[in-house]
Amino acid sequence: MDDILLLQAVERYMKGEMSAQEKAFFEELRKSNPEIDQAAVEHTFLLNQLDKHAETKAYKHSLYEVAAKLTAEGVMSESPLKGKAKVVSFWKKYKRNIAVAACIAGLMSITTAGLIIAYTQKVNQSNKEDLIGKIQNTNRELDKLNNKLQSGPATNPVLPQNPDYRATGFLIDGKGYLVTNAHVVNRLKSVYVENARGEYFKAVSVFADNNSDLAILKITDTAFKTVLNLPYSIRKNNLDLAEQIFTLGFPRNEIVYGEGYLSAKSGNDGDSTAYQLTVSVNPGNSGGPVLNKNGEVIGIITSKEKNADGVVYAAKSMNIFKLLDAIKKMDDTQTIKLPNNSGLKGLDRPQQVKKMEDFVFMVVGN
Amino acid sequence: MSNLEQEKLVLEGLARNDRQSIEAIYRDNYPMIQAFILNNSGNADEAKDIFQEAMIVLFEKASSGVFELNCQLKTYIYSVCRRLWLKRLQQLQRYSGQSDNMDETVPVEEEIEAHEKRNTDFIIMENAMSKIGEPCKSLLDAYYMQKKNMQDIAKNFGYTNADNAKTQKYKCLMRLKKLFFAQVKNGQ
Repeated sequence: MDDILLLQAVERYMKGEMSAQEKAFFEELRKSNPEIDQAAVEHTFLLNQLDKHAETKAYKHSLYEVAAKLTAEGVMSESPLKGKAKVVSFWKKYKRNIAVAACIAGLMSITTAGLIIAYTQKVNQSNKEDLIGKIQNTNRELDKLNNKLQSGPATNPVLPQNPDYRATGFLIDGKGYLVTNAHVVNRLKSVYVENARGEYFKAVSVFADNNSDLAILKITDTAFKTVLNLPYSIRKNNLDLAEQIFTLGFPRNEIVYGEGYLSAKSGNDGDSTAYQLTVSVNPGNSGGPVLNKNGEVIGIITSKEKNADGVVYAAKSMNIFKLLDAIKKMDDTQTIKLPNNSGLKGLDRPQQVKKMEDFVFMVVGN
Repeated sequence: MSNLEQEKLVLEGLARNDRQSIEAIYRDNYPMIQAFILNNSGNADEAKDIFQEAMIVLFEKASSGVFELNCQLKTYIYSVCRRLWLKRLQQLQRYSGQSDNMDETVPVEEEIEAHEKRNTDFIIMENAMSKIGEPCKSLLDAYYMQKKNMQDIAKNFGYTNADNAKTQKYKCLMRLKKLFFAQVKNGQ
């Protein structure tokens, strides 16, 4: 039997369009022929599906039309609710997440900021440790007693108060001008200088430059006797890498010699106004002169790296000239004449040190 | 007329695809459903979608002829919408886990399953129809969807007589049958 004829028959059968005779024949055919029966079932199913489909489609069409009509009437208020609803739903849906996220973000930023602050402070402190030394007064009392015992009745002016800090300075002009570190001057309210023989002199800060960390002190004490010739000179040019250097300073209550070499032509963080040295220094060496083998002052000890071994920074001696220029501009009456010839050239080290140690001072104060 | 009888009338209308009945149900129930969906991470468009689906479920039930509403129509619609919406949320992975069990609902699982089955069938038929090509599509659409008689169809499509149109219609129906059952098999 042709498929199309069968389809036609099934449709007519479903619609009840068959005559009783046809119907009986068709039913008999289905019973006797399973293939036809199977085809008839499939056709029936398809036609039923088509029917349902048609119904649903028509119904959906009605729904769309009703919805459109009601939307137009404002019963299904679309626009005013739509925008607001989105915001509300988003907020409602995520308010816990947002709150948690905000908390985490807040915590994170606080923690990060804290860490950064803590770390940078650490770095600042650790990177450059100023070499101004704190004095333990008991030792000093003892030393004083020793001095008195050694030198008999005291001839030098006695310090009015026990000093708290100690650093180093050295004469650049026999009239009583010294160079030391700016951080030393900044720390001290009153400044005294003491030479290797234990003589004290009152001094005042003439000028301090925080950039190069250098300061000029002037001894105001009348007891100070002008020195005619300073044995060392101040070098104007850069020093070469690996040149031998030595320094004198007061990391303790006694002058201490240190030896090393120039390890870099720039200081902390590429600071071209300073050198990096490898030399042993300690708190109290601040402001100490750094000299080369010819007895030229090439720099001034300023600080050392706290978390690296033997990394010391020294301001270049050229900075002293800049400082003097600045002082000249400020005050014409102060004329500082730097020594220009080194009398230490060719001498061996102990003699060099012996000749110059009288002009290196301990800078103390509180 | 009692509330129950009124609702029965409305459902009968719904089964007949009667506009007024549809509109009445929309007016009475849509605002409640929209409020529910807006309060549960949805928007107005989604509310419309869900309500329309619930209306189809209702239609399927009403037109099956064996539907007896044993609760308020409002409760039934709310139950269906709620179920559909929670299902949708789960699919979208937006389910927030909040289920207010205080709600008065009736079990609608079976209805929704039946509806989903019918929905799949609907989509399969829609696909099959879209693939049979013209003029078959228009011809079948005119006869089975729009229920036009064969004379009119023959006239509209330019067949010389209704019998030719009828033969063509059966040929188209055979094609549709092949496509439809092929898809049913694929879908299963």
